[in-house]
Amino acid sequence: MADLITLFINSVFIGNILLSYFLGMCSFIAVSNNIETSIGLGFAVIFVLTVTTPANWFLYYYFLAPGALSWAGLPDLDLSFLKFISFIAVIAAIVQALEMIIDRYSPALYSALGVFLPLIAVNCAILGTALFMVERQYTLMESIVFGAGSGTGWMVAIVAMATIKKKMRYADVPDGLQGFGITMIVGGLMAMAFMMFSGITL
Amino acid sequence: MNSEQKDNKASLTHNASDLWKVFAKGIWKENPVAYQVLGICSALAVTVQMKTAIVMGIALSVVTGASNLIISLLRKKIPPTIRIIVELTVIASLVIVTDQILKAFLFDISKQLSVFVGLIITNCIVLGRAESFALANPPVPSLLDGLGNGAGYALILMIVAFVREILGSGKIFGFSVVPQWLFDAGYSNMGLMVLAPGAFFVIGFLVWIKNSISSVSHEEKVGH
Repeated sequence: MADLITLFINSVFIGNILLSYFLGMCSFIAVSNNIETSIGLGFAVIFVLTVTTPANWFLYYYFLAPGALSWAGLPDLDLSFLKFISFIAVIAAIVQALEMIIDRYSPALYSALGVFLPLIAVNCAILGTALFMVERQYTLMESIVFGAGSGTGWMVAIVAMATIKKKMRYADVPDGLQGFGITMIVGGLMAMAFMMFSGITL
Repeated sequence: MNSEQKDNKASLTHNASDLWKVFAKGIWKENPVAYQVLGICSALAVTVQMKTAIVMGIALSVVTGASNLIISLLRKKIPPTIRIIVELTVIASLVIVTDQILKAFLFDISKQLSVFVGLIITNCIVLGRAESFALANPPVPSLLDGLGNGAGYALILMIVAFVREILGSGKIFGFSVVPQWLFDAGYSNMGLMVLAPGAFFVIGFLVWIKNSISSVSHEEKVGH
């Protein structure tokens, strides 16, 4: 249990998926102009990551990993090279299914998250988390916690960025640096701030 | 978007100078990283060393070029409702091929690039070019557009990696270039450049420089 808490804290702060692995930058830059939208997108990302990471775990360890198909009588088969295409298919399918389920059962949530869900299918944070999950050989429980932690970390970063951008409207930014340029510089300063967490051990 | 596509269509006859324009546009004027703000994830992550940056740049150029070519060939066959899935399938298959080739011939670098080769699938440049160019244009210009945008991406990667490697570890392509007497005189490597924040700062300043140059030349044009 303590391990899982450490893993969660780690993936939120120290190994923040956005600020130290740069995943999900496109939507980070595009959507961080508005605090409410970034909170909505943040929740959508947490939700999708918590569902897709364990789903991809099952897919990988029961179908794709070397020897995973031994239950089907094929112990020598190694399909791990198919992981990119099958992960992206799983993510796109789950996002599509979630969109329909939310639309059917919770129209309020749908109107809050609905527009963001299709965007998320091509957010590299989702695929990246699944690939990290394979590379670091997490167990099922760890992959759920890692998914939720990465999503939370991403949300913390994008909401913080939206807040900073709101404050920055009163700042006098040089012409060429406006927009994308200053977002990058602020991102760098945020990454530095997040690095201070790396001294903490639990 | 629509008018841009129309412009592209109108200007794209098969003549060499136009094709060159399609290719060159992606490198500087509409550089995918600095101008269209696409594909930043990997631009930041693989640029600690020039070696990984150049491999990543080539890999992405090949994937973008090939996916643009294939999607452009299929553009009249793809039903618009499922085009994203078709595009993703084409791109993912190309990325698998690229990943296998890297693993076979450049194993060390493919280990260093870790998950970022796979993340070419979700790189907005590839899907973006397929959506906005290949679906509306014939195969040859599409191929060149893909290669041009890939080259523009590779160029930014190389510049960022150059700055980060030379300031962060005093090397270029793994060879030490900062002379020893400089270290003796009290110079030291800038650790920040090797870490994540360094990448953000370098890209930020690069965009600043590019915007300043572009706006200057724009003003000149207006002035004359």
